[in-house]
Amino acid sequence: MFGVLMGTLLVTIALVGSNMDIILKQGVSFQVRAELTENPAIAQSFSSVEEFESFIQSQIKERTRALGLDEPWYSPQRIGITMYKILILDFGNATFLISDSGSSNVKDILLEKLPRTILLFTTATIIISIIGIFLGALSGSKSGSKIDRLTSSFAVISSSFPVWWIGMLMIFIFAFMYQIFPARATPTIPPTDPSYVASLLYHMSLPLITIVMIGFGAWAFLVRNFMIGIMQEDFIVVKKTMGVNQKKIVYSHALKNAALPIITILALSLSGSLGGAIITEAVFDWPGMGRLYFEAISVMDLPVIIGATYVLTAFFLASIFVADLLYGYFDPRVKTGQ
Amino acid sequence: MSVITSDEIKTEFLKSRIGITGIGILASLIATSIVVAIIIPIQTFKEWNNPASWISFPKTTLPAWINLFLSEKIPEHQIIDRPAILPAEAGSISVISNQFTIDFDYDGYPNDFIYEFTARYHGSPLLEIDVFRPDGIKLDLISFSLPYSEEQVLHSERIFSTDESIRKNLFLQQEKYSFDIYGLSSEEIIFSKSSEKHPLRGSYVFAVNLYGVETQNEIIHSKFILGGKVFGLMGTDELRRDLAVGLLWGTPLALFIGLVVSIGSVVMGLLYGVFAGFKGKKTDEAMMRFNDVIYALPALPFLIILAVTISNSIFVMIGFLMIFGWVGIAKVARSMALQIKTKGYVEAAKLMGQKNSRIILRHILPQLLPYAFASIAISVPAAITTEAGLSFLGLGDPTFPTWGHILHDANVYGAAPRGLWWWIVPPGVMIAITGLAFVFIGNALDTIVNPRLKRQ
Repeated sequence: MFGVLMGTLLVTIALVGSNMDIILKQGVSFQVRAELTENPAIAQSFSSVEEFESFIQSQIKERTRALGLDEPWYSPQRIGITMYKILILDFGNATFLISDSGSSNVKDILLEKLPRTILLFTTATIIISIIGIFLGALSGSKSGSKIDRLTSSFAVISSSFPVWWIGMLMIFIFAFMYQIFPARATPTIPPTDPSYVASLLYHMSLPLITIVMIGFGAWAFLVRNFMIGIMQEDFIVVKKTMGVNQKKIVYSHALKNAALPIITILALSLSGSLGGAIITEAVFDWPGMGRLYFEAISVMDLPVIIGATYVLTAFFLASIFVADLLYGYFDPRVKTGQ
Repeated sequence: MSVITSDEIKTEFLKSRIGITGIGILASLIATSIVVAIIIPIQTFKEWNNPASWISFPKTTLPAWINLFLSEKIPEHQIIDRPAILPAEAGSISVISNQFTIDFDYDGYPNDFIYEFTARYHGSPLLEIDVFRPDGIKLDLISFSLPYSEEQVLHSERIFSTDESIRKNLFLQQEKYSFDIYGLSSEEIIFSKSSEKHPLRGSYVFAVNLYGVETQNEIIHSKFILGGKVFGLMGTDELRRDLAVGLLWGTPLALFIGLVVSIGSVVMGLLYGVFAGFKGKKTDEAMMRFNDVIYALPALPFLIILAVTISNSIFVMIGFLMIFGWVGIAKVARSMALQIKTKGYVEAAKLMGQKNSRIILRHILPQLLPYAFASIAISVPAAITTEAGLSFLGLGDPTFPTWGHILHDANVYGAAPRGLWWWIVPPGVMIAITGLAFVFIGNALDTIVNPRLKRQ
């Protein structure tokens, strides 16, 4: 599992590394040139332009060597240092991006964005899963009924719409046609203001409604499919013939048996929600992880990209691990070594 | 796992109403693509991002069918490039007359009108534009001579309704109106009733006459544009592009992207998974760990990184989408292969000394085909929406008018705040319809492949 995490990060570095180097080198040469040409005392001490130029070149070379940029990004030394730093959770400083509080430390930036994403996307995921599980159980137990058909068709239709497009429509309808919700999800007042929380929740409502609206159908459909499978099992049929209350069968017997796949999916989607959704955050202008990722990629800010990928992958693997543990708890058959 | 033959799938599939609907939608989309490829000139597709080729189109206009729902009809944008040509000769003076007939049945004034022409002449011919209105009044708009030239020359010019001399000429004809026309724009004067300031419906004829003393004069190219507020099937966008063209070209592109990505990733996943499952032991272990690494990669961020660093060409993007598409299928294919491997006939084939490749291709893969078809259909919508999403972020291939790219432009030009719904709604609906077709087909196939999902 740890190997998977490191492998993922290696792939990230490999993809971004070369471009990052080019950008950094350009940055260094620009910086050196600016420093030297802005100081007339240095420029005057040279007799010719060529001499001055060669001095600038040597200075640039020295600076790149000092920063360790003279070796290519794939040299074992540089990769080793990067990986070691990641191991001790030192992501270093961002090259371009800064957090809202002005810090350029990657850890600070991540810690600032993560709660916002959790606030929006994890809340949405929880709401989606609760609605989905109950609706799915209901329609799965009454397969073929009106509710079942409605849920299934809603699931199918909603799953083929892109969330961000619905987001655009929602902004168009509820922010501009009927001015109920704000169009931009970022609150305008500073976080120290006491009414900040209320404002944040108000700004959050439009994206939250959109995500939930698009998401719960697919969940309900999944749960329904599990439920239909379980409702055909012998032990449920026996319970039915024994005259056990239908509600009790559905919610305590059938749902418990469907819990396994549901938990796996819940764990995965919860950890997935931490990454936010790049496009949804772009549409709603939500300052979370997704937008951070996009900004970092567009300016090629390697430390931030690595940090964000690390957090995402780590949560993803942790959730797989937790799902495995819960599997053992709910289904003793998969426990080994006993 | 029971074996399902392809005939069974066919009969079962034809029974499912959802599946038929899906096939129906897909068939109509494919038909649209073919029609588009044949009817709409490929030129429009290549010129999508060239503003010069859209110059005679109006800016952000509503679709024309909106008039069906309105009691007050909005004037439609009209481009007439085939005038009625009436050559006439009066002694030594030659006249070339181009007549543009405009049926004006609207309750609003047009935005403007533009006359565009290219003439070949020598000397200094006189160009005159008159309007014959439905109520019989004739208005002189402009008359001027083209620049003098001894040799034969080609002369191109655009005459705009905002031209000051047109307005002045119209003001001089005040006696034809019973109300004060001073200060009105020329299109308002031309299209107004003579009794009051209200649009006059009917058939207008704009006559362009070129008088010359020589007969060699000719108008090569002649085009009259009435600048309206509605246009075409889907309206136009901020860059004057006809959205119907973009939407129609988006159909074959989306189908191409979706199908190639899903078929490619399913084939890759199947081969990889089956090989890992069949080989077993250490090969299996190593291949599955590699699978895990790809599985743990956050797909969208990586697609963005790849698009930014490597290339955003549409074909490269298809390749990237495949890289992230095969992982889940490989996992399922492996577990299925593990089951099939233990079957007697596979063991027998092994004992007979058949090659591994032959066993995989002949005995294992055919069993997985129904599952493969279902997963191809199911993974198409995801491929289309992911590509649309990337295009929406501005990372798609800018040379192709995909639906995502149209939405990206809509977002950039602030279509939502400005209420330009015809720019936002249709591309998304098209994405959804295409996705829906494949989801329907996939669901129908899925219930056949996994009979447990069937309704009781």
